[in-house]
Amino acid sequence: MASESAEGYPAYYVPHNSKYPIWTAVSLILVMAGLGLWLVQLKNDYADPTQLLFVAGALALGVTLFFWFSKVIKENFAGLVSPQLNRSYVWSMGWFIFSEVMFFAAFFGALFYVRSFAVPWLGGEGDKALTGEYLWPDFNRQWPVLQNPDATAVPGPAESMAAPPLDSLSRLLSWGTYLPFWNTVILLASSVTIHFAHTALKNDRRRNLNAWMVVTILLGVLFLALQVEEYVLAYTEMGLTLNSGIYGSTFFLLTGFHGFHVTLGTFMLIVIALRCFKGHFNTRDQFGFEAVSWYWHFVDVVWLGLFTFVYVL
Amino acid sequence: MAEATASTHIEHSGPDAGITRWLYTTNHKDIGTLYLWFSFLMFLFGGVLALVVRAELFQPGLQFIEPQLFNQMTTMHGLIMVFGAIMPAFVGFANWLIPMMVGAPDMALPRMNNLSFWILPFAFAMLASTFLMPGGAPDFGWTFYAPLSTTYAPDSVTFFILAIHLMGASSIMGSINIIATILNMRTPGMKLMDMPLFVWSWLITAYLLIAVMPVLAGVVTMMLFDIHFGTSFFNAAGGGDPVLFQHVFWFFGHPEVYIMILPAFGIVSHVIPAFSRKPLFGYSSMVYAMAAIAIMSMVVWAHHMFTVGMPTVAQLIFMYLTMLIAVPTGVKVFNWISTMWRGSITYETPMMFAIAFIILFTLGGFTGIMLAIAPADYQYHDTYFVVAHFHYVLVAGALFGIFSGIYYWFPKWSGKMYNEGLAKLHFWLSFIGFNLTFFVQHFSGLAGMPRRIPDYALQFADFNMISSIGAYLFGFSQLLFLFILVSAIRSGKPATQEVWDNAEGLEWTVPTPAPYHTFETPPEFKSRRAH
Repeated sequence: MASESAEGYPAYYVPHNSKYPIWTAVSLILVMAGLGLWLVQLKNDYADPTQLLFVAGALALGVTLFFWFSKVIKENFAGLVSPQLNRSYVWSMGWFIFSEVMFFAAFFGALFYVRSFAVPWLGGEGDKALTGEYLWPDFNRQWPVLQNPDATAVPGPAESMAAPPLDSLSRLLSWGTYLPFWNTVILLASSVTIHFAHTALKNDRRRNLNAWMVVTILLGVLFLALQVEEYVLAYTEMGLTLNSGIYGSTFFLLTGFHGFHVTLGTFMLIVIALRCFKGHFNTRDQFGFEAVSWYWHFVDVVWLGLFTFVYVL
Repeated sequence: MAEATASTHIEHSGPDAGITRWLYTTNHKDIGTLYLWFSFLMFLFGGVLALVVRAELFQPGLQFIEPQLFNQMTTMHGLIMVFGAIMPAFVGFANWLIPMMVGAPDMALPRMNNLSFWILPFAFAMLASTFLMPGGAPDFGWTFYAPLSTTYAPDSVTFFILAIHLMGASSIMGSINIIATILNMRTPGMKLMDMPLFVWSWLITAYLLIAVMPVLAGVVTMMLFDIHFGTSFFNAAGGGDPVLFQHVFWFFGHPEVYIMILPAFGIVSHVIPAFSRKPLFGYSSMVYAMAAIAIMSMVVWAHHMFTVGMPTVAQLIFMYLTMLIAVPTGVKVFNWISTMWRGSITYETPMMFAIAFIILFTLGGFTGIMLAIAPADYQYHDTYFVVAHFHYVLVAGALFGIFSGIYYWFPKWSGKMYNEGLAKLHFWLSFIGFNLTFFVQHFSGLAGMPRRIPDYALQFADFNMISSIGAYLFGFSQLLFLFILVSAIRSGKPATQEVWDNAEGLEWTVPTPAPYHTFETPPEFKSRRAH
């Protein structure tokens, strides 16, 4: 437990100084400057665009964060984390997840705006119908947009990822071959299994904990594999790419950023699973575990929004 | 065993020697100092860009710079002042003051605090380096509307986008830290409604930052993909819409302007009672007013876009919602004035800046209501009237709030008293320079002078000449501010223990200058309010 001050309050641990933050800042700027250079050189058709700075920065970032997190874990073992400091961690993780919610909100907002306003207006409907009349009078409004307003400049996709409509029993059965449906099942199941792992941890049943962690990770990896499969299908069979107009733009950025978060979440799961195997966490002290599980539930909830608004409706 | 290790790890030492003190520090006062000096440096940099703009506008015709470079100047001036000067200055105040005001040993997550700061110098170095790139710096205005910022942007826009991502990460981490500190680190007995108003203002600001900085990250990400990966978010040919950019941007942008004013509200709510020698009038209504302003700020964004071609219903909704914000803002202004009513007021420099804040910010608020009237906005939109409006709230509002706060708390922080005579001179030069610069812009704007142009019609010549003279007066008087601070630090008279007669709050109970570590054990706190 944390040491106590004279008045009987547990002292709040304030490290005297730390080299990790500045190294993190330096790595981050290398990553960003490197990414910028790489992108600009690609755009200007450089024969051999440089990725060196980006890769060096990413490596430095990984190494720095590894040492930073190890240090925090060691401090925890040394008993420096008072209940009050633990509450700081809890608040911080909660507000971090809120910031992530708002990041996705920007893309969902764009999707809703495009579907409710921009595309109908381009199609000659509603308040701004003249937009469509003047610009592309032949454009037929539909969602998903398969035929873009200017179909020569921006060729649309051949097919969309939309779910088969549920208007008859046979259609319902066709969901059995609908990949995003299975992804929904997998991700929901993984939210349940990590909850089982959490319960096992709280009841100190370590073998169950480890087993459920492995299952959760496998489900996460399976989700990602299917997501990759879906993208491959989109690019090779359906002509659905980043370049195929607003449907492809919203589809790939929403599902792509979600997939990126699942990747990060899976990595975090692997880290805490390894820590579980090493015997970290106990019935009282499990913030690291809980933070990851909250994050995992968050990516699950985002997926439910995606499945509803990107695939089904 | 754990206990033994723990007690040996608690470190109470003073600052390290040399540069590593600043690079590795986890101390909230050190980090606050870094934020404040960094923001001052950015303030001077952004100010020089503004002076280039005003030099070009001194007379009609093109004198000094090409239109292309002129656009870079206005764009970078806006970006640097918003993200580099005003916001970091308030975070500097938050770092210095919040732990001392709530009786905490430091910020909740001291290492992340260091990271939040040190991202900024690198991010702004990257942003400033765009001046040297082929095609020049961003030249599409600080609001970077698509497709100016996508299809027609210089290559440096990519670095601008990535710099914005870094600044956003810094702001979000800083805000999380501030919220955790306020919610979790208050001294026992200090309830939320006992908190000093500066702390309240930052709790609400930090919430706004966490809510909208990710949306800014979202919109620049869409830009990045439109530019590099062929998406069609802002391209109507592919089914997107350039207006979509404006909606997402202003969903961030409008709360952002409250992010830049709420902490100033907090500062003024400390200064006015201290120099009026009366407790603040209407504490709880001040809190509720700030919360109302923050919540409403998220549903008024499209009043920036009345002329873009929105449905009439949308224009009306955004017009009325915007006007409603005048109610809580009015509550605040009335409360400050009521605090001064029949007080024994003395006019030290912090009070001078605070009173100027109330008067000029209210003027800026009035022009804001004028701009909120959708049918009238068609006349004002994109004119110098808008420029005058937002400089009244951001310079006379945010910046004068910062000046007021610096003069108010500087003696407690540094242990040195500044030169009151010179500080008064700084106030009057700033006050006169500011009004000379911006008051006349109301008239040139109403007469139809558009913003963001390097040349203008002859009838605007007199107004612009006055404006440029005022800008140079205002700009160079900030060197006096620098001199006042540096000479106070080097050879100022020692400040007294209490510094001001009637300053209240835990931060005034610590010795002068504030020791490196304060409140390692939570201080006694007695609520003044009946519960």
